[in-house]
Amino acid sequence: MAADVRQGRRTASAVLEEHLRRIAEREADVHAFNLVMEDQARSRAAEIDRMVAAGDDPGPLAGVPVALKDLLCTRGVPTTCSSKILAGWVPPYDATVVSRLAAAGAVFIGKTNMDEFAMGSSTEHSAFGPTRNPRCLGRVPGGSSGGSAAAVAAGFAPLALGSDTGGSIRQPAALCGVVGAKPTYGVVSRYGLVAFASSLDQIGPFAANVADAALLLDTISGHDPLDSTSLPASPPLASANLGRGADGLRVGVIAELAGAEGIAHDVASRLGEAVDALAAAGAKVEEISVPAVRYGLSAYYMIAPAEASSNLARYDGVRYGLRVPGADITEMYMATRSAGFGPEVKRRIMLGTYALSAGYYDAYYGKAQKVRTLIIRDFEEAYRSFDVLLSPTAPTTAFELGAKTSDPLTMYLNDVCTIPSNLAGHPAISVPFGTGDDGLPVGVQVLAPALGETVMFQVAEVLEAAAPTGGGQ
Amino acid sequence: MTQPISNSDVAHVARLARMALSEEELGRYTTQLAAVLEHAADMAALDIEGVPPTAHPFPLANVFREDVPRPCLDRDEVLSQAPDVEDDRFRIPRILGEAP
Amino acid sequence: MAGTSVMTGWEIVIGLEVHCELRTETKLFCSCRNAFGDEPNTNVCPVCLGLPGSLPVLNRQAVEYAIRIGTALHCTVQPSLFHRKNYFYPDMPKDYQISQYDVPINIDGWLELPSGKRIGVIRAHMEEDTGKTTHVGGGGRIHEASHSLVDYNRAGVPLVEIVSAPDMRSAEEARDYVEELRAVLIATGASDGKMEEGSLRVDCNVSVRREGSTELGTRCEIKNMNSLRSLAHAVDYEAARQAELLASGGVVAQETRHWDEADGSTHSMRSKEEAFDYRYFPEPDLVALDPGPEWVESVKSALGVLPAERRARVAEAAGVPVSSEAVATVVRLQLDGFMTAAVSAKADAGLALRRLANEVAGELADSGRRDLDPDGFVRLLLMEQQGELTSAQARTVLRALVAEGGEPSAIAAKLGFQALASGALDAVMDEVIAANPREWERYGAGDDRLTGFFIGKIKAATGGNADLRAATDLLRQRRSTAAS
Repeated sequence: MAADVRQGRRTASAVLEEHLRRIAEREADVHAFNLVMEDQARSRAAEIDRMVAAGDDPGPLAGVPVALKDLLCTRGVPTTCSSKILAGWVPPYDATVVSRLAAAGAVFIGKTNMDEFAMGSSTEHSAFGPTRNPRCLGRVPGGSSGGSAAAVAAGFAPLALGSDTGGSIRQPAALCGVVGAKPTYGVVSRYGLVAFASSLDQIGPFAANVADAALLLDTISGHDPLDSTSLPASPPLASANLGRGADGLRVGVIAELAGAEGIAHDVASRLGEAVDALAAAGAKVEEISVPAVRYGLSAYYMIAPAEASSNLARYDGVRYGLRVPGADITEMYMATRSAGFGPEVKRRIMLGTYALSAGYYDAYYGKAQKVRTLIIRDFEEAYRSFDVLLSPTAPTTAFELGAKTSDPLTMYLNDVCTIPSNLAGHPAISVPFGTGDDGLPVGVQVLAPALGETVMFQVAEVLEAAAPTGGGQ
Repeated sequence: MTQPISNSDVAHVARLARMALSEEELGRYTTQLAAVLEHAADMAALDIEGVPPTAHPFPLANVFREDVPRPCLDRDEVLSQAPDVEDDRFRIPRILGEAP
Repeated sequence: MAGTSVMTGWEIVIGLEVHCELRTETKLFCSCRNAFGDEPNTNVCPVCLGLPGSLPVLNRQAVEYAIRIGTALHCTVQPSLFHRKNYFYPDMPKDYQISQYDVPINIDGWLELPSGKRIGVIRAHMEEDTGKTTHVGGGGRIHEASHSLVDYNRAGVPLVEIVSAPDMRSAEEARDYVEELRAVLIATGASDGKMEEGSLRVDCNVSVRREGSTELGTRCEIKNMNSLRSLAHAVDYEAARQAELLASGGVVAQETRHWDEADGSTHSMRSKEEAFDYRYFPEPDLVALDPGPEWVESVKSALGVLPAERRARVAEAAGVPVSSEAVATVVRLQLDGFMTAAVSAKADAGLALRRLANEVAGELADSGRRDLDPDGFVRLLLMEQQGELTSAQARTVLRALVAEGGEPSAIAAKLGFQALASGALDAVMDEVIAANPREWERYGAGDDRLTGFFIGKIKAATGGNADLRAATDLLRQRRSTAAS
């Protein structure tokens, strides 16, 4: 698409209008967006077209509509994190990834809905109403980047950015039948990403196919001096090995995840078929045990809320966002935060505060940080014998809206396969691979060691090509 | 070593986090948090004394910035987002205690 | 001022926490200007305002200064981490402060006071400063205000917090510690030490115990002392308060108290919140800080001359103990350059020291003026040494020199001090010798006890205007000339 625009075969404006039409048709049902940036997108598209006409090159993503999860700061454009406490907040600066995409010629089409402050696995915890799965409107799109996944699945935008702290890109990608990837921690700058859990958060791409996801990731990757945790060296090129196939690669199926309690049998079947497909493509596929991943969920639900409880302290009504008046500052804090945060956010803030509080630090947060070390060690051990690992992305296909909201713990179990990669800081990608018994999409997850994006995308492409229903569009 | 979390624990923690909970919310959250903590008991039971904690996935060190001023934000843009402004400053209700 | 009767039998134990703003161009974690006195909220950015999505990046120069401070205080400089200190307060943009907790950059140092006593420095760590709140209504006091206003210019300014061991035993020692620390900080270039601008802030921990006891009593933290005088008064007040309380069977509550300059007392700050639980955890947005031995060594070798060394040099030049008050005064008032000038000109260093510590210091304290230049000072010393002026005259001229500047001889002339011209002294000597032949014979034969006799005669004859040392020298000269 970008090539078409750059070479003048299509105009950015025409591309944009096509997508805006699709949004007009279905957005009322899907509710992927908190904000459709019609005016800004039109002027940007027009600008791209002027550049092309003048013989300038707008960049590798020229004219491509991109949807941005509503926790990425966009200067002059409201950024709400789907929370009442930031309703109407307009950032005075752009996130680094936003600047990079703009420099590459992208046209931002809208800010997508999400679970409030990225806490959730279904986008039902948005303060502005849920997003519905475009494949079946009675089902959730997954979360927390449900809006971005749905936008790509519904054809509203070919590319979208989400964030992934415990699976928030990969799980909705699986449930919506699109490609979603989380890079190695530090490959993509977090400057301008509203923080949930700082040592776990990463921004990553959604696309309808593996090649597009790789292109998007390559565009936003790279060291950023504004992010101290951004890796100093050149990032791996996600698209470097596309087309090379899987011949000779060693693939390990994570026993503890493939056979985990709660993995639906149809999901397990699709995983089995994926294994066969890779073997047929020349890969050596075996089962491997990565024992510590069993403790991933527990460790995550100590670390992430703890960091979040601190990251969300700044929402206090003093400098920006919602303020509910109070007779004194403490009353104002209490009133503002009680009214401004939804129940899932409050739950996690309290859990995190508890895990960090005096007397409990060692038992909870401290312990979880040690479990993290175990997970990293077990992965390192596994990667001595394998190039990539395999697992289901999500335990089931998309569930019904309202099915899991009454019991938080049930909701948390959605992340059991995705969480270990966040804890380890490793990259992982979900590739659509067939459907479940209910006809809804199933995703298969490819995991790679740190900075292993190249081989990860290489294997993902093979899976995509071999997928039962022909994979993504 | 985990202990069941009580209503007063949750009330205390809510206060620390500057959130006001109704009685009903207090009860509901206590039950939910207790369930999560119980699930974490498997982790808590692990004997991993000698294992070092991981605060960062990769042990980076010494990331610096040079001591050179850069343009900052325009004050009007900053204050335009503020809930209440007086004298080019952020106006807040009275504070009752000194900072720790 | 605390009555000594109250404190009899009690020992005061003091520890100080000094927050020192670093003289960097920019803030600790962002590139906003580190400047005092600018228009409110004009030096702010997403990072120091704590806007959603912002991230901190550490200022290398701030680390350099922190290492300088650590090495100047004889600390071990070690690999360290930043931690988040979580609490809610409106001057804190993120409602947590990025600080250092159990692994700070500098530990286990000490500071030597002019008296020679060493005060332990437990740690000197890096952290970011907060914004400034102004309370409106109620005379600017926090408890009577109707509302408050916040300026974040100062938020994010780099600080080093220096925590002493509880080694001080009096208000004077506490003052000496702060003065010496300030001089050290200024000498390192890391701080401008301006207490009046808030670049140096002091909190103190005070407890008392029975003399002879080795256990520490319950301590109170005292805040809001804005000058060295306030510090001394607050220490004395608080020590007396605690002693009286304990003596009457009461118990000292561990709390933070606020020094009230107006009524000269400390008040309990009973705030609504419970004891603060800061929930420290390692700052996930920053990476480890490991300066390494090379950086630390290069800082050590580039460290300028610190006050203790300056005192050692002055003491050595003047041949007096390093703990002498005169030495401390000279260094404290930055007069060591004058000592150096005196020594180079081969003037009497002991005399130079006395004149600087007494007359010069005195005049500076009285008039606050400072017009003395080293050359003038040295010339005056030599004039005194060579008998052109008596000591009394020299001291007067010196004070005038400090207060008004100018030339020593001109001032002497203006004041009517004619040092007795050597010729005139000769004449007087002739008269005295002639009038006392028998004594002159005995003196000439070697009876030195008669020196005083002759000096007394000369003094009487000249109405006290003769330089007695010059006269003594002349006397001896005469004797040896007569002998040859």
